[in-house]
Amino acid sequence: MSRHLLSAADLTADQAWEILDSAEQMDAIQNREVKKLPALRGRTVVNLFFEDSTRTRSSFEIAGKWLSADVINVSAKGSSVSKGESLRDTALTVAALGVDALVVRHNASGAVQRITEWVGCSVINAGDGTHEHPTQALLDAFALRRRLGDLAGRHIVIVGDLTHSRVARSNVLLLHTLGAQVTLVAPPTLMPAGVAGWGCTTSWDLDATLAGKVAGDVDAVMMLRVQRERMSGGYFPSEREYAIGYGLGSARLDLLPEHAPVLHPGPMNRGLEISSVAADSPRSLVLDQVRAGVAVRMAVLYHVVAGADPATELEVRA
Amino acid sequence: MPGHATPAPDSRAADPGGKTVLQPDDVGRVLDRIAHQILEKTHGGADLVLLGIPSRGEPLARRLASRIEAFGGVPVALGTLDITLYRDDLRSKAVRPLGRTVEPAGGIDGKLVVLVDDVLFSGRTVRAALDALTDLGRPRAVQLAVLIDRGHRQLPIRADYVGKNLPTSATEQVRVSLTETDGADRVTILEEAG
Repeated sequence: MSRHLLSAADLTADQAWEILDSAEQMDAIQNREVKKLPALRGRTVVNLFFEDSTRTRSSFEIAGKWLSADVINVSAKGSSVSKGESLRDTALTVAALGVDALVVRHNASGAVQRITEWVGCSVINAGDGTHEHPTQALLDAFALRRRLGDLAGRHIVIVGDLTHSRVARSNVLLLHTLGAQVTLVAPPTLMPAGVAGWGCTTSWDLDATLAGKVAGDVDAVMMLRVQRERMSGGYFPSEREYAIGYGLGSARLDLLPEHAPVLHPGPMNRGLEISSVAADSPRSLVLDQVRAGVAVRMAVLYHVVAGADPATELEVRA
Repeated sequence: MPGHATPAPDSRAADPGGKTVLQPDDVGRVLDRIAHQILEKTHGGADLVLLGIPSRGEPLARRLASRIEAFGGVPVALGTLDITLYRDDLRSKAVRPLGRTVEPAGGIDGKLVVLVDDVLFSGRTVRAALDALTDLGRPRAVQLAVLIDRGHRQLPIRADYVGKNLPTSATEQVRVSLTETDGADRVTILEEAG
């Protein structure tokens, strides 16, 4: 596997399944008294976060620590970034400390890709702008597989602020790789430009989609957060109108087939895109997703960081 | 879980090649003997836990457990112990897929754990297994059962139960085929490490 994980599209189906299978083994550690595996002993992982995060940063930190890596958190607030240091200088400075992997979140799409061109260590994308968030897609697939079994042929509906959602893009890419069918539902203003090339069915009608009238029976529905911080306004008339048209309330919950779970990457705007009835129902996988985050990120760190550098490996073999 | 974790059976049973040192019947007899030896040495196997090391230690442990239950009339706790994350060559090799670790229902604290593997060679797998055990709990004692001991130890480790001692040169390769993983029981020696 590659030294970096930048996009869900980087993964072949076999690689994705291997990460998910490894994550199943990693997950078992949560039931152990000693939550420690030695795979990354002596390795250093830096979480370089230019944007706020609770679950992604803390789960990467726990994942690294449970694999015995030394983990350091660097956030934009309180670092030299707030003194005006450039992205390149910050990345080079942190890499020069002798780290083995950088886990990077940045508010600009493509920033993480740029960093791989400057530093020699492994780089993992923990969310770049409105572009991609591959480990979120992996943990969603992990939680979905636990609930539904095999994902091939399953029909997943992704609803909400698709324009600003890196989660949606990564999920579409990964679910395609894993053989699932995806339908995207959003108001016209939040449907991304060029969505026709994504290979998904699209709809503006959530009720019809959930009832199976647009693209067949639904196996799971993923609600996305309305990202107020990325909106300059004008995408929908009012929050109340959005909730009525695209929020998952109890009436819409009843449209879903019995077996279909509800996902949300968090943090949730309760009462806006998801009601408390849906968020706290037995269908909800929200906490399963958080828990899966640690196991999946352990598996990603293991696959990206643990093995030999492909170059060194060739030397060893020769 | 869909079967993505288990590697497809390779062709080793179909065309074993090399020199066959244990025929299918021999493997069965050797396992019978090891099961009796375990019962004898553990005085009836009261607090016995068998842990197979994937991949081929896993079916071997399962077979030993059913034999010990049949011969001794006592239920035997059975589990698997994946040692991939505890290997000492993680840094120098490509990333390996993980095997399954299944802790037996009663845990391993205070139990007599017998590790089961197919081939004992350098001893590094067993070293890793001992480390992995420490993270699972604290057994009363740990013993080791292997189908083949081929020598060339690199660490101070020896087996308590050995199916067959097989003098080999370091360049030869010992192949253990089992019905569960490869379609048939057989142990062969191949000339050159592949």
